[in-house]
Amino acid sequence: MIRFLLSRLLTLLVTAFALTFIVFFLTNLEPSLEKIAKSEIGTRVSDAEVESWLDRNGYGEPMLVRYGEWLGVVPGWTHTVDGEVVAGRCELPGGTVETSAFCGILQGDWGWSTVFRRDVAEIIGRSLALTGKLMFWVMMVMVPGALILGVLAGMREGSKLDRSLSTVSILTTATPEYVSGVVFIAVFASTAVGLRWFNGSATSAMEDATFENFTLPVLTIALYGMGYIARMTRASMTEVMTAQYIRTARLKGVSFPKIVLRHALRNALIAPFTVIMLQFPWLLNGVVIVETLFNYKGFGWTLVQAAGNNDIELLLGVSVVSVVVVLLTQLISDIGYVYLNPRIRVS
Amino acid sequence: MTDTVTDPALEVAPGEPILEIRNLSISFFTRTREIPAVMDFSATVRAGEALGLVGESGCGKSTVALGVMQDLGVNGRITGGSIKFRGEELTTMSPARLREIRGRDIAMIYQEPMASLNPALKIDRQLMEVPMIHEGISAEEARARALEVVRDVRLPDPERILDSYPHQLSGGQQQRIVIAMALMSKPALLILDEPTTALDVTVEAAVIDLVRELGEKYGTSMLFISHNLGLVLETCDRICVMYSGEAVERGRIGEVFDEMRHPYTQALFRAIPLPGADKATRPLIAIPGNFPLPDERPPGCNFGPRCDYFQEGRCDAQPIPMVEVPGDGHEARCIRTEEIDWDAPPEVSDHRESTEIGEVVLKVDGLQKYYQVSRPGLLGGGEAQVVKANETLSFEAHESETLAIVGESGCGKSTLAKVLMGLETATAGGVELDGRAVGDVPIEKRDTRTVADVQMVFQNPFDTLNPSMTVGRQIIRALEIFGVGDSPRDRKRRMLELLDLVKLPREFATRMPRQLSGGQKQRVGIARAFAGGARIVVADEPVSALDVSVQAAVTDLLMEIQREQKTTLLFISHDLSIVRYLADRVMVMYLGHVVEIGTAREVFSPPYHPYTEALLSAVPIADTHVEKKHIVLEGDVPSAMNPPSGCPFQTRCRWKSRVPGDLCEREVPPMVEFAPGHKVKCHLSQEEFASMEPVITLAEN
Ligand SMILES: Nc1ncnc2c1ncn2[C@@H]1O[C@H](COP(=O)(O)OP(=O)(O)OP(=O)(O)O)[C@@H](O)[C@H]1O
Ligand code: SF4
Ligand code: SF4
Ligand SMILES: [Mg+2]
Repeated sequence: MIRFLLSRLLTLLVTAFALTFIVFFLTNLEPSLEKIAKSEIGTRVSDAEVESWLDRNGYGEPMLVRYGEWLGVVPGWTHTVDGEVVAGRCELPGGTVETSAFCGILQGDWGWSTVFRRDVAEIIGRSLALTGKLMFWVMMVMVPGALILGVLAGMREGSKLDRSLSTVSILTTATPEYVSGVVFIAVFASTAVGLRWFNGSATSAMEDATFENFTLPVLTIALYGMGYIARMTRASMTEVMTAQYIRTARLKGVSFPKIVLRHALRNALIAPFTVIMLQFPWLLNGVVIVETLFNYKGFGWTLVQAAGNNDIELLLGVSVVSVVVVLLTQLISDIGYVYLNPRIRVS
Repeated sequence: MTDTVTDPALEVAPGEPILEIRNLSISFFTRTREIPAVMDFSATVRAGEALGLVGESGCGKSTVALGVMQDLGVNGRITGGSIKFRGEELTTMSPARLREIRGRDIAMIYQEPMASLNPALKIDRQLMEVPMIHEGISAEEARARALEVVRDVRLPDPERILDSYPHQLSGGQQQRIVIAMALMSKPALLILDEPTTALDVTVEAAVIDLVRELGEKYGTSMLFISHNLGLVLETCDRICVMYSGEAVERGRIGEVFDEMRHPYTQALFRAIPLPGADKATRPLIAIPGNFPLPDERPPGCNFGPRCDYFQEGRCDAQPIPMVEVPGDGHEARCIRTEEIDWDAPPEVSDHRESTEIGEVVLKVDGLQKYYQVSRPGLLGGGEAQVVKANETLSFEAHESETLAIVGESGCGKSTLAKVLMGLETATAGGVELDGRAVGDVPIEKRDTRTVADVQMVFQNPFDTLNPSMTVGRQIIRALEIFGVGDSPRDRKRRMLELLDLVKLPREFATRMPRQLSGGQKQRVGIARAFAGGARIVVADEPVSALDVSVQAAVTDLLMEIQREQKTTLLFISHDLSIVRYLADRVMVMYLGHVVEIGTAREVFSPPYHPYTEALLSAVPIADTHVEKKHIVLEGDVPSAMNPPSGCPFQTRCRWKSRVPGDLCEREVPPMVEFAPGHKVKCHLSQEEFASMEPVITLAEN
């Protein structure tokens, strides 16, 4: 168990390291840096001015060194004018700058967002909480919905119920979020159809989520993931229903509902459970689209803002968190699989 | 849910029919056509009796059983006839009434025990469920009942067993649990569909013993389905022989075995080896041709195309009815029962003289093979363990000799074969082929000659042929590897000769493996093995995946080629009947040790090694004249990862108490030589050995 956890931790570190390096590389290309400088000091400046601004703000050093600074293995940069430190990476509250100090991610310093003009850690924390809220409701709708759909469809393969439910689940997975989101807004939230049941914007849900302002974003993400999980559940359920032990149960005189609930369900859920967890990273895609579409300032929305404005440290922070989230869900999925499947648990 | 277990009004007096199947027809419907799997089938099971249903694979035995249970799946339907259980019609029964009957009055056990138990539920819940549904008793009562029944099926430590998951039990234990589950509500009728096919012979014998005993104890009637005539003889009172969806002969077991009145039944008996017969005196007679598929049945008699007594214009003119023949309810589906001389001995085409045994070809000396395995612990990791697959094996095999290697699963037979082939290398000890040491030379380092010299015929002909290559091409590939022939033309000629050798038509060269039947594939496997003029052919259970009627033909073919080519045949098998029939010498293995070796005659008569004795007693024999001593081994074969100390057989040996002290538990016994070449690995004294009685005796008549 310990060894397993260690190996997972190692994967996590390596992935995070590689991903952040790539992001760092891309965001620190010459044109990107120029764009930052221009957004800070105005667009009509000469190349020399850009150059000196970059120098003064610590962008002048070689890329590897600055990556090391961000990591916290190389001391933070300082800018000295006339022997006095006027600016630097490691600024303490109050404005004094520490020289030759380490202040990177390893020291718990996530850096500074140039777009929001706040600490990256603070932004990520808040947006994560908001996305967490969204995902919580997505899961609450998606998982039971998908499992019920899949089990109902799979318990009698080829029946009318099976065929209609399967069609529904294929339709939902086949419709990407940006399509279903727009359709939902058009139908349920705009004057075009006139059914103004829900809000087209979820901004107010950030403080106070209500049925009106949260239903559409939750539904948009949930429906997309639901079809996929439902189809997995159905496949797994139909397979289990043809297993010998289900025949054994039938020939013991167990009634159909009890066969489904007591004998089939647990075996049928082993496969979809893994899928649900692996679905998580996919759902994060949807989060980006839906949050932007519904103007909900969560993690996905933040990512879009950071990328759009070449906000280097925010983007790096978002990458690290994403890697951790993805690998954590995998870990949970492995452990859950073992729990559901006694064959692995005991041996 | 009803409160009474059995309605006294429904109680059937012994000898009265409890299950009556009349003219039952069952079809499966596929998208394109109807497959009539069972046609016009009738049978009766009487209270307190066991009816055996025998026939080859695909003849419709399981379909009958599932028809009785009314569980034919989505595409199966009963198209005619009736099934009455205690006078109540099952075919038109309401689902609710059917649920009451299933599990409480009729229970079914089928082939694969592991697949019949729910992997996610503990044993106790699966057992307790039955009486809780049918009798509405409380969980405590149900658990008490479960404990009692688990004791009844003689499982050790019932509490622990109840508390485990199916995968924590061995195959034999699982099958006992399945039996226990069927007996939980004391059903009046038990249907057993090949209940022991997946088990080892000694475990099978113990399970069969148990079924018979419990049937008597609870007064359960049984429908026992099997393809093994010997097993049916040991368990049943009446028998019904099926062929291609029909019942062809019915009657009391003794009458059908001794005075069969249907040519198919006769052919079946002539195709299986019986004691007192060996390859020289009574060769096996294969049934010619193939089993007809359900939708390709001939007009008139289904068995017509394969029947020796076929008469044109009569046998293929009209459907053949069941006719009465003398005896107690003895019937046969043949119009010539009175014309055929049933006592005429079979025609033996060619009498074969046994061949001269030649020089030593293979010499194995102190061979040892250990496997390092790391058993995965929870989520990876785990400690390394050693599987002792072969321990100090020593034997010799001569030219033109058939040496049979017998033993149950896990005894190391296949490991030995792999070391000989070079697929594994020996941990210690030597293997000499014609004086060359090959034991530690892996196959990629062997020269062409050695590779061609040691060849193998595998158990399962289905996975050894390349599915995308024609038969001819595969044999030519083998010839190329063995370096036979100088030109492609030469090799092609040789390939056609090999097809002749294994009695396949030359047109088969262009066929794909999937167009071949199991027996034909096995012939291609044999052709490949003999392609390079092999000195030694290792045949690992070469016929156990084939049907009885085909087994005889393949076995005889193997023997014939061996005789012509003076090959040494190492015949690996767990089936002692076939071993007795064809082997010159026999080597008995248990848990990696050779426990007995000698000529077939020496091994099959006393003094025996205690394990050989048990093995002989366990093998079911389809002959009413045979008297068998009844020896039942307790428990399962121990794991090779954790073998017992001292004598490998000590955990199950019934002679152990005759050895003074705890010698059997402390020391591995030495090989004791009784006669030149006959050796036994046991601590028993000469007097004890001398007191052993034969396990199998042929009654005079
Ligand atoms: N679900 C099904 N759909 C179509 N055909 C089937 C189905 N089940 C069985 N059959 C066919 O019905 C015939 C009888 O099959 P059945 O399983 O009863 O044979 P069996 O005697 O039990 O054979 P075995 O000894 O191999 O168990 C076979 O030809 C088989 O292919
Ligand atoms: S009816 Fe004719 S073909 Fe059929 S078994 Fe009898 S003799 Fe043979
Ligand atoms: S050595 Fe002892 S335990 Fe082993 S077979 Fe002989 S009598 Fe039985
Ligand atoms: Mg069957």
